[in-house]
Amino acid sequence: MAPVAPRSGDAIFASVEHVNAELFTLTYGAIVRQLLTDLEEVEEVNKQLDQMGYNIGVRLIDEFLAKSNVSRCVDFKETADVIAKVGFKMFLGVGASVTNWDADGTCCSIVLGDNPLVDFVELPDTCQGLYYCNILSGVVRGALEMVSMKTEVTWVRDMLRGDDAFELQVKLLKQVPEEYPYKDDE
Amino acid sequence: MGREVSESCIDGLLTEMVSSYCNRFYSNTPELAARRIEAIGYQVGHQLSERYTMERPRFTDHLEAIKFICKDFWSELFKKQIDNLKTNHRGTFVLQDNKFRWLSRMSGDPSVENGTQDPESKAAQAMSMYLYFPCGIIRGALSNLGIPCAVSADISSLPACSFVIRIKV
Repeated sequence: MAPVAPRSGDAIFASVEHVNAELFTLTYGAIVRQLLTDLEEVEEVNKQLDQMGYNIGVRLIDEFLAKSNVSRCVDFKETADVIAKVGFKMFLGVGASVTNWDADGTCCSIVLGDNPLVDFVELPDTCQGLYYCNILSGVVRGALEMVSMKTEVTWVRDMLRGDDAFELQVKLLKQVPEEYPYKDDE
Repeated sequence: MGREVSESCIDGLLTEMVSSYCNRFYSNTPELAARRIEAIGYQVGHQLSERYTMERPRFTDHLEAIKFICKDFWSELFKKQIDNLKTNHRGTFVLQDNKFRWLSRMSGDPSVENGTQDPESKAAQAMSMYLYFPCGIIRGALSNLGIPCAVSADISSLPACSFVIRIKV
């Protein structure tokens, strides 16, 4: 069978079912608020948001692979590019860019200028230390782990903290070779 | 038209929110998990109804407010209206959505079905937890319109879902 051409983030976003972003944004805000009440410690909220994102990423990767037709990326560079241009676009409707590569190509930044998660959001002073969008870093980490890449994802810039963009640093820790749960002769 | 995101975003977020509260934070106290999920919905409903009624004159009675929930409010959230509205004219309203979107897209989490309980009841339990969220949304929306009430969901005829609103007097 001839390989299917990969689809652009725009084309996929145009073809999926949409919902009102307000509902999504306010729901996320209400979850963060409830977590702050229930867990009390801002550090713990950061951790739980990351964990929730990780679990979502683990599931979202299937939809991403099914709809994007991307074939195996040759290296981490291509992977980061695909996440930024196709992944972010097909789910959130906003594209991201990749910058700040290190010399050996294992660490880069994904930069988001526009982020639907933070519409209407302002952090009160009591939430210093909160990484409001930590769910996103979890999603990226979870999704990459499903394609055998162990990463560390951290926020470098955050508009809710006064920066001019959202910048996620993605560092490749190791590439786990794929293991098959079955033997050839079975 | 306002900004939109892929439906998978909200599906993934809701599934994970419910599972975090039920399986991680309050795994031994489902009634507390339910209350938190409802509270999150309440917050969302309250804010959305505030936004969607900004340009409107005040509703003159309960029925008018309920009709707003059935038509405009539901359309903003689910791109369809409530299919059937019934009332006993004594403060109870039943809103039926013949194909409630959040249930039709919901998939069972296989990992929770490996326990000793049979999968049917586990799945039903997860579904009822999930429904605290839209119940909270409706209660929050009405509360913002000055109507205190209690809201419950009935899924005895899936994929239809009925929301029962009891206005407090």
